[in-house]
Formats: sequence, structure tokens, C-alpha cells
Amino acid sequence: MAGWSTHIGMAVCLPQANIDTDQLIPARFMSVPRAQGYGRFLLHDMRREEAGDLKADFPFNAQEGMSVLIAGRNFGSGSSREAAVYALVDSGIRAVFAPSFGDIFASNAVNNGLLPAQIDEATYETLSQTLERRPQTITIDLGARSLQLGSVGARFSIDDSWALKLINGWDDIDLTRHHRAAIAAFKNTRYQTTAWAWPNGAD
Amino acid sequence: MKPISQTMLDKLWTAHEVLRREDGVSLLWIDRHLVHEGSHHAFAKLKERGLSVCEPDLTFAFVDHYAPTRRSFQTCDPQILGMIQTLRQNTHDHGVRLYDLDDPRQGIAHVVGPEEGLTLPGLLINCGDSHTSTHGAFGALAFGIGATEVAHVLATQTIWQRKPKSMRISVEGALGFGVAAKDIALGWIGKLGTDGAQGYAVEYAGAVIRGLSMEGRMTLCNMSIEGGARFGIIAPDETTFAYIKDRPFAPKAEAWKQVCADWRALSSDKDAQFDREVVLDASEIAPTVTWGTSPEQALPITAAVPVADDVTPAKREAVCDALEYMGLKAGHKLEGTAVDQVFIGSCTNGRIEDLREAAHVLKGRKAKIPGQVSPGSAKVKAQAEAEGLDQIFRSAGLDWVDSGCSMCVGMNGDLVEKGQRCASSTNRNFKGRQGRGARTHLMSPAMVAAASVTGMLTDVRRLLEGRQ
Repeated sequence: MAGWSTHIGMAVCLPQANIDTDQLIPARFMSVPRAQGYGRFLLHDMRREEAGDLKADFPFNAQEGMSVLIAGRNFGSGSSREAAVYALVDSGIRAVFAPSFGDIFASNAVNNGLLPAQIDEATYETLSQTLERRPQTITIDLGARSLQLGSVGARFSIDDSWALKLINGWDDIDLTRHHRAAIAAFKNTRYQTTAWAWPNGAD
Repeated sequence: MKPISQTMLDKLWTAHEVLRREDGVSLLWIDRHLVHEGSHHAFAKLKERGLSVCEPDLTFAFVDHYAPTRRSFQTCDPQILGMIQTLRQNTHDHGVRLYDLDDPRQGIAHVVGPEEGLTLPGLLINCGDSHTSTHGAFGALAFGIGATEVAHVLATQTIWQRKPKSMRISVEGALGFGVAAKDIALGWIGKLGTDGAQGYAVEYAGAVIRGLSMEGRMTLCNMSIEGGARFGIIAPDETTFAYIKDRPFAPKAEAWKQVCADWRALSSDKDAQFDREVVLDASEIAPTVTWGTSPEQALPITAAVPVADDVTPAKREAVCDALEYMGLKAGHKLEGTAVDQVFIGSCTNGRIEDLREAAHVLKGRKAKIPGQVSPGSAKVKAQAEAEGLDQIFRSAGLDWVDSGCSMCVGMNGDLVEKGQRCASSTNRNFKGRQGRGARTHLMSPAMVAAASVTGMLTDVRRLLEGRQ
């Protein structure tokens, strides 16, 4: 995966708390292979009429090409479905700013190059007011943990190890392979001292 | 020098830590990895890179999310069958044991793992499902992961994690008549919010927890994620050991005594410090139902639907939005709200004790509304049938079906129609969770049974009077 440290794009605000993973992508779409793209499923039932047409008044639908989302607290709470992140990423979203995130969602995001950036409630209020009327250009500096939206400048936070991973585009499987010897040694010791931790062959 | 006191989380973490990087992130060894149909993304990632499953003997596969629940007579939707076929192919290719549809031990991963004795105290268990916290009921470190992490575990049998903060929720006193583990879960989530325990591993403790059966403990740990906690743990004790003993994969007799001694030592030290402590008085917990579209929107059945003015301004909009979606009027009593259908089952409340509690309410009564009972596993189903519980459900007029995740998530096609109100023993009342436009009320299995008898949200205590 390609790393990134700065991004300039259009930001849109979804002024709601608790946007859960079932809203990000309803379960019925999850049997589709990733190669087919998940972008069309993003926030499906929130942004579309039952017949499938886009709702005219939904913030996301007014304009194409959004790449940054600002949302209320507890974004991505709920299930572990990584499909919620795929739906965002396949729609072109590179970063989500919110006062807090579901724990599993946030780590899934980082594993797919999507920035889950934590902002304080006051910053969230300012950003959502700034974006109330229309989407605007935002500049994100991941290294400096800062954003600029028009005249509003603000800081965000993210776990340092996650920021490094996003900047370098690191993949955990590659990283872990450097530790193969340590893992083998650990397994061996555990087997010697804690043999009961291995399944005791049923039937 | 006095040794430093440790929490159970500290002990479990240390026991699995292969290494800790300078930035504080640990590489942890995984003892059990549970996969299901939804793990297809992870197997695809493995294939892309030409990797194989590193520890097939520590990997177990379950048909649960897409399992048809009327499989003896219903033809399967080709797309659903395709998901099951893909899992069969992947487990076959990698030599992973699969609990397939026709296996007498088939069922939901979080029900079958414990039943099979795969879930043990002191283990680290991962699964690509947020309700993996269920297994923490045994004193295991168990947490849900996403598809990229599933691929990583398949490839390396390890995971990178930063240690969460520790939180203890102690429930003291005694539970009132008709109050269940589900009510404790909905009670604390209602109090602290769906992000109340975000970033924490929750250890449940106190007299009430010690008194819970394993089924009750599993319900409680299962719901941890609905309060934001990826981990829920309970110290193993005699109740735990009695449940595990003689299960197919449990340690055998010769090792048993030593193993129990190891497990006893996992408990948090007496003076261990937690980052956060919450104490709940059990006598304040009543049979609880959710009224909104988030598990935190929960209230005692005796309460009224909230009025937007009663809540903080920050939550007002969410309340109005939820009431509109749920078709409820602010200020109306919860009890007496008409319900269209019921569902009993899921990894939260699909175990034998859950079915016994529901049957206890239903015995000799008729359901006024349709509903479905899906046992959490084929073994639970067989046990229930041996006890005659299926007959109670059937004579009440409810459908007795096969096991799977079923109507909790609707992936197998068991859906609630738009605008229909469902009393459900499941874990999430999110908008659209049980189907687009479906209205879900979460509650204990006994409360669901009570709703089926009256056709309304009902205080189960009324129907339990004289039945003890």
C-alpha cells in the first residue's frame, strides 16, 4: 500500500454521532468480492431512497469527489466488518475526522491507508459549522498532525505507531516476518510450559 | 521487595507477548483463531500473496453468519450458498477444521467454541467478529479483529496490539426477581454509553458476577463491545471449571488439577489497580429494553419513552431521530407498546439456559404474534429437544429452526420487514440491522418470550409470578 503524509481534498460534514458500521455498509452487501468495488454501498440506506436513487438533501450526495469526512463522536462503532472501511476507501475517502472512533474500525482504517483522526469536540463544532453550507478544501499534514480548512487551523491526534504506518504504507505481514525467529522461540517455550493451551485432539 | 500487583489483563497480556516494540505496541501469540464465511476477504488476501495458513491446527472454521435456518426443507439462495462454498474451499485448501452445516456440533463460533472446550481460561482468542469478547467469560483474552488482521493471524499466528487500559465493573448486591445478565449489560451500557468503555478492557467482578452461570457470563462479555470495549473478561472459578471439564477439546484428566491451579492464578491480584472503576448496585437493575437505535438507548421496562427535553442537548437530535425511526411517541409508557414479531437466538442469548428461561415463561401459553427461535448451535438444539423445550415453543406457535446467526444480522435472509417491530434477544438495535426499516428492541430471552405472549413490550415479572 502506498504511504502518504499530506493530502489536499474536499471535506464534507456528516453531523451525526454514532454512525455505526451497519450504517456505513448494511450487511446484505458483504458477500460481494472486494474486486467489484464497495464504493456504491457506502452509507447505502442513509443516502439512498428505497428505489436506489440518491437523496438530494444528504450532505454526501450534493457533489462528487469528496475525500475527507468530518463526523460526530463514536464513528464506526459496532461490528468488526472491514467492509465499512472498504466502502469509504473505494468511494475515495482518505481521512475521517471525529471526536472518537470504534476501536476495531480505527485499526481496520489504518490497515487500509485511511486516516482515523481524532479531534476534540470544540474542533468538531468549528469544522462542522464551517462546512454547514458546502464542502470545502481541506489540507491535512499527517506528520504535523494538523489540518487547515479555510481560515480554520486545528490539530488532531492519532496513535504514533498508526501515523508511521500510514506515512510509510507499511504492511504488518511484511513487518512481522522480520520477527519470525522470535515467534518460533515463543511458540516453543509456550508449548514446553503451557502444553494445555494446544487443543487436546477431540475425536 | 513486594511484587507489583497485576490485573488479569496484565497477566494475560504478558503470557502472550512475543515482543514489545519501542513504541509500546506488542506482538501477541494467538492460541485459537476462529474463522467464518465472512473471512473470505482474509483468505483472498492470503491467496494474493501466495501464503498459506501458518497454524491450521489452531484455526477453526464455522458456518454461522450465512447458515440457512430452515435447511432441511428450504432451497438455499445461490449467493448465500456461494459464501458457504467459499469457506468450504478455503478451509479444505488450508487444512482447517470446519464445523459444516451437517455437523452435529455446527453453530455460532461464540457458542460452539466454549461447547467444544476450544475456549479455555488463559488463552488468547481472535475471530473476525466483534462479539469475540464472549470468550472472555472464561478468563481468556478474546477480541474481534478486521479482515486485514484476520489475514495477518492466518499468515503468522500473531497480532500487533497496543495494550488497552483496564476498567473494572463490579456488580454488587443481588439481582432482583426476573432480572438477567442481559439486563446488567444493557444497564451499564445505558449508563455509560456505547463509547463508555472505548479503549478499555472491561473486567466484570463482584458478588453478582460470581453468582452468574457461564451462559450469563458469556452474555455479559458478549455485549462488552456494545459499550465500546473490545475485551470483556471474568476471572475463572469453579463455575468455569465445571463447565469446561470433559468437553471434547478440554485438557484431559491427568493434566486437569495442574491446569485448574494455573487458571486460578489468572485472577487479578487483590490490590491490583485499574485505570477506571465502576460499581453498580444490582438492586437498581430492572428488566430492561432498548427503545432507540443504539444499545445505549435502553431503559427499565417500567419507564416511559424519553422526551427530547429530558436529555442533554448533545443527545437531543439523536433521540428525536431514533423515535422517528422506531415509530415511538415521547412520554408513552414502554410497557404495552405493540410488537409484531419476536426472535430468540444469537451469540448473545442463544444458549441452553437462554432457551430454558424463555420456555419457562412460555410453558402452557400461546404467542399472540409470530416469532422464531434459533438455538445457538446444533448441540443446544438437540439438548433443548431432549428437554422438551422445542415442544413448548412450537405449541406456543413459534417457529423452531436450525442454528446460526439468523435474524441478529439477517445475512442468511432471516429478515424483519420494514416498519415491523421485533422483540429480540440479540445485541444490536442499529437502524437496518435486522433488515431495512426494521425496528429492533433488545431484551433478555425471557422478556422476548413475555412480549410474544402479550403481543406487547411486557414486564416479564408479571408472567413469572407463581411460576418459581
